[in-house]
Amino acid sequence: MIALIIILAVIVILFLIFIGIYNGLVGLRNQVKNAWAQIDVQLKRRYDLIPNLVETVKGYAKHEREVFENVTKARNMAQQVASAGPATRAQAEGELTAVLGRLLAVAEAYPELKANQNFLALQEELTSTENKISFSRQFYNDSVLNYNNKIQMFPSNIIAGMFGFTVSEFFEVKVEAERIAPKVSFT
Amino acid sequence: MWEQISTNRTRSIILVVFMGAVLIGVGFALGDYFFGTPYGGIAIAAVVWIIMTLVAYFQGDSILLATAGARKIEKKDHPRLFNVVEEMTIACGLAKMPDVYIIDDPALNAFATGRDQNHAAVAITSGLLQKLNRDELQGVIAHEMSHVKNRDVLLMSMAAVLLGTVVILSYYFSRMIFFTGGRGSRRSNDSGGGGGAIIAIVGILFIILAPIFAQLLYFALSRRREYLADASAALYTRYPEGLASALEKLAASTNPVAKANQATAPMYIVNPFREKGRAATDLTGTHPPISERIRILRQMGHSASLKAYEEAYEKTAHSHVLPHSALASSTAAVDARAPSPEGAVEEPDLTARTRETQNMLFGMANYRRIDCSNCGTTLRLPPNFTAPAVRCPHCGTINAVK
Repeated sequence: MIALIIILAVIVILFLIFIGIYNGLVGLRNQVKNAWAQIDVQLKRRYDLIPNLVETVKGYAKHEREVFENVTKARNMAQQVASAGPATRAQAEGELTAVLGRLLAVAEAYPELKANQNFLALQEELTSTENKISFSRQFYNDSVLNYNNKIQMFPSNIIAGMFGFTVSEFFEVKVEAERIAPKVSFT
Repeated sequence: MWEQISTNRTRSIILVVFMGAVLIGVGFALGDYFFGTPYGGIAIAAVVWIIMTLVAYFQGDSILLATAGARKIEKKDHPRLFNVVEEMTIACGLAKMPDVYIIDDPALNAFATGRDQNHAAVAITSGLLQKLNRDELQGVIAHEMSHVKNRDVLLMSMAAVLLGTVVILSYYFSRMIFFTGGRGSRRSNDSGGGGGAIIAIVGILFIILAPIFAQLLYFALSRRREYLADASAALYTRYPEGLASALEKLAASTNPVAKANQATAPMYIVNPFREKGRAATDLTGTHPPISERIRILRQMGHSASLKAYEEAYEKTAHSHVLPHSALASSTAAVDARAPSPEGAVEEPDLTARTRETQNMLFGMANYRRIDCSNCGTTLRLPPNFTAPAVRCPHCGTINAVK
């Protein structure tokens, strides 16, 4: 009788632990999904801002054709891979960030443009969107790290294996120039 | 952060129970005096206690924001501040962005309030908004957001409201002693001798207790949570230097916050009180010394992790500060980022920021703005301005008011 109770108790406890780990995994997976959705929102926001920004700068700096073309090209490239995995996307987004930095650097040479209210507002929006992208990437990567740790560490790895929880990919931008403003000189 | 959250919950409950005990004690004494039986007094005290707790819980944040003179702003009022709050919401992974409030005060300070992560608000003085560049603003907002994230806000708001009530009650009690003290002795034949004495004792007790409550509150709202919020701010922004240099500016200011009081002081990021004309550098009591907070942040070097903060703290204070659960939840090494590039991301300077903030405050007071047709000076017209034309004080041009 006592043996039976002990066995039952052990089974119940194991089952509770199982539920706890399983729910924990689902929670982490959802957090990764949410964090990814947040990155997506911010990237889309940036695609929407770019044409306005290009138009505004064009009005003042007509001769920077090459920069405009590069920005538009990078934007279209990034949009094309919008449904791809984190690695491909991060690559395209990194390049877009770099050319955007160049576009804003061009604006430095046009004092009238720098004083334009519309441009200032766009610039604030873009700066903030860049920040939001990097903060959401930061949060996404932290979430992925937690999730992957859980999947690979004992004992949660057993349950993760049983229910097909797979390791998520980090969103890593390899482009070094990303946060460094390119210096442009007009001499 | 579970450890921190559950201590906050426990402390909130202890606080509420403690206040209940005090109130019922007072009800007992007053009931005995006025009704001749303690039960009536206890019943009234219980009702007061329940109402007070419910009000503190559900309305605490709005009461505090109102007493601080804070006004809610929209994105169009100050896009940069709004964006920074949005950025920090994303960085700390909150589901809902807190409301943004501004306090029209040249003093430098900020606080967060609310009852949970979905009902929260951050408030900043206009003085601070003018003084900080984007990186510093991020640091300050991140500090306030981590109070929301760590769920310090409920305890802080409840404590401030409940304590505020005690302070007010003690004030009225001190008046009542002079008032009923005399009357009580005249009525002493029908209420049985010591009535006047009892109420006098209760009143005096209350007056003595109120400042002690304030002290207790300061201990309950332990300095540790300020350190944890600093550490979290460094982690969220990945830039300890931002908060460090913001704290430097906060420390150097000599303006006290006009609408801060004993009860609300612990909510602020730095002590809102100043000795006359003295900077708050190491004014302690409610807050850890600012110079120490700055030193710890600066010692983190190129890392922004909680672990790096803990190590930096150990170097200065030779003890531990962050809860184990917080340290365990972030094991990875985190590198600090570079400061925001100047130039490509044009940062408004102090003059531009001041103008921006002034425009916002005038706009919120319903001032109209027109530009002088000759020299371009911006003229601000008060809401009750009805004249058809206005003269530019710079160049003397008469501008028609539409």
